[in-house]
This record gives sequence, C-alpha cells and structure tokens, in this order.
Amino acid sequence: MPRSIYQRLLSLTGKLAVFLILGFLVLPAAVVTIAAFNDKAILSFPPQVWSWRWFAKAVAYQDFRDGFRNGLIVTVWSSTVALVVGAMFAFALDRYRFRFRKTIEAVLLSPLVIPHFTVGLGFLILAAQIGWSRSYAVVIVCHVVLVLPFVLRSVYVSLRNLDQSYELAAASLGAPPLRVLATITLPLLLPGLISGWLFAAILSFNEFTASLFVTAQRTQTLPVAMYNYVREFADPSMAALSVMYIAVTAGLIIFANTFLGLGKVLNIEQSR
Amino acid sequence: MNKAADRDAKVSHGSIATDESVAVRFNAVTKRFGEVTALNDVSLAIKQGEFMTLLGPSGCGKTTLLNLVAGFLGPDSGEILIASDRMNDVPTYKREIGMMFQNYALFPHMSVASNVAYGLKVRHVPKRERDRRVEQALALVRLTGFEDRTPRQLSGGQQQRVALARALVINPAVLLLDEPFSALDKNLRVSMQVELREIQRKLNVTTIFVTHDQSEALSLSDRMAVMSEGRIRQLGTPAEIYRRPCDRFVASFVGDTNVLRGRLDRLEGTSAVIAIGAARVNVPRGPLMDAAASAPVDLFVRPEHLRIIDATEACATSGTVVAHVYQGGHVDIYLECADSSRDRLLVRSSGHEAMTRWPVGSQVDISIATDEGAAFV
Repeated sequence: MPRSIYQRLLSLTGKLAVFLILGFLVLPAAVVTIAAFNDKAILSFPPQVWSWRWFAKAVAYQDFRDGFRNGLIVTVWSSTVALVVGAMFAFALDRYRFRFRKTIEAVLLSPLVIPHFTVGLGFLILAAQIGWSRSYAVVIVCHVVLVLPFVLRSVYVSLRNLDQSYELAAASLGAPPLRVLATITLPLLLPGLISGWLFAAILSFNEFTASLFVTAQRTQTLPVAMYNYVREFADPSMAALSVMYIAVTAGLIIFANTFLGLGKVLNIEQSR
Repeated sequence: MNKAADRDAKVSHGSIATDESVAVRFNAVTKRFGEVTALNDVSLAIKQGEFMTLLGPSGCGKTTLLNLVAGFLGPDSGEILIASDRMNDVPTYKREIGMMFQNYALFPHMSVASNVAYGLKVRHVPKRERDRRVEQALALVRLTGFEDRTPRQLSGGQQQRVALARALVINPAVLLLDEPFSALDKNLRVSMQVELREIQRKLNVTTIFVTHDQSEALSLSDRMAVMSEGRIRQLGTPAEIYRRPCDRFVASFVGDTNVLRGRLDRLEGTSAVIAIGAARVNVPRGPLMDAAASAPVDLFVRPEHLRIIDATEACATSGTVVAHVYQGGHVDIYLECADSSRDRLLVRSSGHEAMTRWPVGSQVDISIATDEGAAFV
C-alpha cells in the first residue's frame, strides 16, 4: 500500500526523535571520551592533536592510585557485607510473616528516599563523635547503608522467582533445613546473589556524594580523589580516568549480561 | 527388608489401636486456613502396598491431605500415622516419604544421577552402594544411559521418570504423587500411568495419589476416596464408586451420568426398586432410607446402561435424537427427553451403525439396565 507524504514524514520524524534521545543519553560520555584523547593540557573540545598521554598520567598519579585502592577495599567490603545482610533480610521478608514486616521493609528501602549527602553527613557526625572519622569502617558502613536496598531487592526478587517445590522436594528426600539451604536454595539463588553483589559493587565504587563526607585523605575513594583533583587542575587526565571508568563498568555489565542476564541484574525481569 | 523390619520394631506407642497392615492412617484430622476449613474431621486408613487415590475438585482438601502426610503442613487437630508412628511433630525430612511433584521439581543444577542420588547422599549411604542403587532406580524407570544429562535436556515424560526414580530410590514408607500426569499430553499420560502402576505393584510401595481427573482415578486405584469441601464423601474400589455412588456429588463427579426422574416403587431388603416409566431398576437402599413409598426420586444412571430399543419392549422413557458424537470405539447419542432432569440424555452405543439407525430427529424409546445406578431423594 502506498503511503502518503504525511505518513512518511511522520515516520521519519519519529525515527529522528528516537536517534536524538539516544544521542543525548550517550552525549556526555562521548564528549568526555573524545576530550580524553586531547593532547593539550586543558579540557577543551574538540581536540586538535590526539594523544594517549593523559591516560598514562592518570594511571601514574598517586592520589588516583590510592583512590582506586581505597575504593576497591571499600567496594569489596561494603558489597559483601550488604549482600550477607541483604540476603538475610530478604529471606526473612520472603519466608516469614511477622509483625512490623512492612515497617522493616520500608526502613531497609529508605536509603532510596534519603539523599546521599544526608546519609554521608549523618555518618560524618556519628564518626566524629566516636573518633572514627579517619577509618575505613565508617566509609564501609556508609556504603553498606546506601547499597543495601539494591541488594535486598535483587535477592528478594530471586527468592520470589525460586520455585519452593525444589526445597520441599529436598526435604521430602530427607535433607534437614540447613542441608536444603546449602545444596538447593543457595546454588539456585547464586545468579541473583552474584548480580546483587555486582550491582552493589558498581554503585559503591561510583558513589561520590556520601563518600565526600565520610572519607579522609587516607581513605578517599576514586570519585573523591577525582573531585579533589578537578578543583585544582583542569587537564584531560580526568577525562581519561572517566573513560577507564566507563570501560570497566561496561565490562562488568557485559559480563553480568552474558553470564547472568542483564534483566536479572537490574531486576526488571519477572519481578512481581 | 531391613527398613520394614525396623519400622515394625518401633510400632505401637500410640494411643490408637494399630493394625500391622495399615501404612498410613488419619485420625479425625482437621486443618483450617484462616476462616476456611480445608479438612474437616477426616479419618482414613491406607493399607500396606495399596494404591489410594484422593479424588476431588480443586479446593476439596485432597492436596492438603497429601501435604499433611509429607509434613509440609501440620494438622490443627487429629493425628497422622505412618507405619503406626505418630507423625504430627516429625519434620518432613525424618518421615521416610517419597514425593513426586506436579512440576517434578527436579533440581535444575544437578545431573539426573545426582538428582536420584540426593536422597541417598543425605542419608550417608556409602558411594559404592549409592551408585548401585541409582543405577537400579534408573533401570527401573528405563532411563539407563541418561545419568549425565541435566533435567532441562529431558522430555516431560523422562523428567517424570527421573522424579519417580528419585522418590523411589530411598525405599520410602509411602509414595506421594501430586497430580503427576497433568503436564503430559494424552498419549504419554496413558503410557506413564501404566508404567507407574507396574512399578508400584512390583515394589509393593504404599501410594497416595492426588488427582482431579476421575478417569485417572478409576483406572489406577486399588481404592479411592472421593472428596469435596474438606470431607471424604465416599471411599471404595473404583468399581464400587462408579457403580454405586453414595450421593449426588459422587455420582456426578465420577464418570458421565444421566439423571432421570422416577419414583420409589418398593423396598426389598437391602435394595430399592425404582420405577421409571414401564421399567423397574434395582438400586441400593442406603440413600433412600427415609423415603416414603412412591416418593419422587432421581435415578443416576451411566450412559452405557441406557439402551435405545424397539418400541415393542418395556421402555423407561422416550426422547428425540439431537446429536451424535462419534468417538471411534463408540457413539455418544444425545437425546432430548422429558424425564431427564438435566438438559440432555446421553446414551453410549457401541458400533457406528447407531448413527444411521437412529438419525438426528428420530423419536426413540429407551430401556435401562435393571441392576445399575443409584437413586437419591
């Protein structure tokens, strides 16, 4: 059937709109990526001469190296603690009916509502009170609080999707509850647990606002180190670092998508 | 068998008189879910080696009864005994049961062999004996050679056989089957039923089978319990239940049935004679205990016990043929009939010539087998 000019125009503008929207989504990343290869020592766009030297400088810069190491320590600890705590709460919320169940769920999910700087400020005040303001502990605890809702939801959804007849079958075959947990429940939840951990890790590693409050010079994470750097210098090593950030995060997401399913990672699949 | 001897040794510390041949017993079991009473004072004794079917519509309590044996639920009152041991406070994993789930519940992260070995492993059976018994169990269900497959690589029928092997390999005191055939297509279903029954007889394992499919219940059971609204309406062999249903519910739920309006002619010892037109039918007296002479009654009669006849014989009723449904082995003939208290009368006639002999629209007379059916006030 021949289509009228009007219809063709409509279809064309529709496509154009979709391209523009997608373009805007990747625009900042694209600009930063291009700027990272600029040979000049200022953050300008577009670059005249191309170079890798800012990547080398970013990797060599001591504050960034420390920030990366600190960030890694904080990320691994906070995601792991959040996973264990979140998984236990998810179990309790999924399997048992008790008083204040709704209240507990609301409290656990509340960091989604409370701004990060509030959480950070709160922990800063607390840490100063007990003299922990220079320790990793306060950063880790702060990050646990921030990523817990995401881990909780991830495990909760996995548990919801877990057919309980597997556990009943194992029990009927003579397995005591802990044996069922170890041989049936946890192995079947593994994708959900891994993706929950991964999600928490990405969030924690990228977290800036709260980290700014709770980190000290000794414990500053990479985003904080970058912020401190950009306050004094404005060269493209920042942009180079951003590109590395994007690459690593994208790599993790691709890994998660390939082996665990992105839908599961983001909890958009099969959720109730 | 050691295990059986073991069980016999710990018999009889319960308060209830025990019978050696009873494998599973329910004593006045009641179970409520909030406001809903799922089981209302149910008592039932299942014999050693018996194939007992719990049949009923959804929500009748049959699955609850099965879950009580498995220990997935606890009763609100009453007792559950397996091999004369009170089970009320015994957790599932100590009950020595084998259960086959509706969706089979094969562990997706384990191979077929590991699935079957699971129950032996948690019982700490040594590796060599475990391997031998897994091999035997898989041979029993004709799946030798499938050891290393994962459940996902198997067809529905194969998955079901793995589930059966997994449940049987531990020599359970009782085998529990929760609508195991509902996910299979019809041909496979029938062959799996035959296979299951064969294995069950061979091992002589007490089996409780839950289904809502009355034909499945009739074809498989030693005895069956027809349930509705949390109670057992009738308990008996398939033939007893099919031929002599005890009430209207059982008569309509099990098998196809016609309902004819008649009246009570007379009572003769344990039977009652029902008059339908010129025909007289003998039925059990039980349900008509309180009926007065010549009281109106409904006669429930199976389609194969009705016959279309020539007008010369003593006929029960008459009607007009409205449809034929050819079924291969027989023809279902639907009739419009004034005496039927349901919309259509169904007559089952063997042989396809029935269709040409009594075409749609023809006026026919009908006779009733004299010793079949049941009547209710």
